[in-house]
Amino acid sequence: MAEAPRWLTEREKETVEDDFERDLHTEHQILNMGPSHPATHGTVKFLIELDGETVIDLDVQVGYLHRGFEKECESGSWYQCLPYTDRLNYNSAILANLGFCLGVEKLLDLETPERCQWQRVLAAELARLGDHLTRCGAACLELAAMTPFLYGIEARELTWDLQEALCGARVTSNYVRIGGVKHDLPAGFDAQCRDSIVKIRALLADFHEVITGNRIFIDRMRGTGMISKEDLVSYSVTGPLLRAAGIPHDLRKAEPYLVYDEIDFDIPIGEVGDNYDRYLVCVEEMHQSLRIVEQCLDRLEKLGPGPVNVLDPRVRWPAKGRVFNHMEELIQQFKAVTEGPLVPAGEAYAAVESANGELGFYLVSDGSAQPVKVRCRPPSLINLAPLPIMVKGGMLADIIPTFDFVNMIGGECDR
Amino acid sequence: MEDFGSVPLQRLLERHAEAVEATHADHGDATAQIRRDAVVDVMRFLRDDAECRFEMLADLCAVDLLTLGEEPRFEVVYHLYSLDKNHRLRIKARVPEDDCEIDTLVEVWPTANWLEREVWDLYGIRFRGHPDPRRLLLYEEFEGHPLRKDYAKERRQPLAGPEN
Repeated sequence: MAEAPRWLTEREKETVEDDFERDLHTEHQILNMGPSHPATHGTVKFLIELDGETVIDLDVQVGYLHRGFEKECESGSWYQCLPYTDRLNYNSAILANLGFCLGVEKLLDLETPERCQWQRVLAAELARLGDHLTRCGAACLELAAMTPFLYGIEARELTWDLQEALCGARVTSNYVRIGGVKHDLPAGFDAQCRDSIVKIRALLADFHEVITGNRIFIDRMRGTGMISKEDLVSYSVTGPLLRAAGIPHDLRKAEPYLVYDEIDFDIPIGEVGDNYDRYLVCVEEMHQSLRIVEQCLDRLEKLGPGPVNVLDPRVRWPAKGRVFNHMEELIQQFKAVTEGPLVPAGEAYAAVESANGELGFYLVSDGSAQPVKVRCRPPSLINLAPLPIMVKGGMLADIIPTFDFVNMIGGECDR
Repeated sequence: MEDFGSVPLQRLLERHAEAVEATHADHGDATAQIRRDAVVDVMRFLRDDAECRFEMLADLCAVDLLTLGEEPRFEVVYHLYSLDKNHRLRIKARVPEDDCEIDTLVEVWPTANWLEREVWDLYGIRFRGHPDPRRLLLYEEFEGHPLRKDYAKERRQPLAGPEN
């Protein structure tokens, strides 16, 4: 402590000393953040207990976007569930289509044609790319960096254009069907896709140039949102959050579905598991997705034309020529339209590696055309649960990048 | 009871045979239905056993079997996953309607906290010993539990909120 000025009396000197030594008395205050807050892209409410700017405790309140996904699914036919799956994670709708269809196909014991499987992987990786671009772009935006967001969104536009070419929709893109896909790749898709890959790589390079080494960005990201590996595992966190902490778990490698075991790609992992590592993992995953898309295009070119749907009247309509000329097919089409597929009684769990982690569907059927149970295992919800551990003890402002990289998507979290 | 060549199912039958009521492996998913009162012991064993190593509770949900006319009415379903061994196991426990309770697993896997709150919210199954038994997705004033099969989809709720 500096020596007190000479002109003070003995008593005044004591006071100065006390003031320096004494802790500032602060009262904890409760701050209500959300449910509609510009820096949380999603409707979620945080009740934050603050000591100055330090987060003491956090209560996460979810459910603002609950639309009764499961209830709606359980009161329609199996096919009527499919559009609702698009509205789960609207950044990567095709991944949810895929998870649901894989579950129903598991119950039906269906094996889809090879060409269909490659197209599904292609569409799934485009969706993942769009999701990661949104996450990284929006994270920069919420840290007050507008430029990288625009690069990210421009690249996402390219993936959306491709998804639009595949299925006609840009956001709620519904491409995967039970037992197949909507239709084969449109004419000129290959050239458009290869052209877009070049452009996306260039945009990712710009993105990297602007933000990865940026001092402000690193200061906000390094060392924030930390959580131990043990906590991540006991909270069943999956996806980039887990990989950033150094655990190389990815369902595409661990339980390869579709044709992922024939594809050459790497699983990037982080070292310490802070927000900066999460960002780096996401960026590298985008490069890996582009690699996968290229391999899919090559393989589809090599495979040549072929069926993209199973020939099973339970789930796919018979060919129109047969419907018009044969009684049996006419009946099959009539049943398929009025009733929908009859799924054998039983239960099955199918999971895909979505952009946020393990997206699982647990389906129970009683043999009728209406599901008994359609459970979606939402990675957004499960990854959000340990958020209080990640932000406790940190600064209030650190909640923003941490929440961005948890990437809670309201539609999927609240269902 | 058969273990269908699944290592965790085999270990479970060796060590907790008295708790297992039925097993199956339809579509390749190893499944065991266990007694409701044994759920914490069985899960703790499955997590800590060197051959099972289920560090993750991948999912927890409930199924209402009302339309199937089965007794007991509810089924709580746990999906376990092991990062170390890369295998899965599904555990189910039946819960009757008149005693709608099962022990909480928050002590075994903290992720059960939110998932159990969701099941309470949507199915009205209570988790005995849960540290924070609030609704998760819906609001406290909500009447009933909407994923029960006897909750009509069209049913409306009274308006809730601050009174002027």
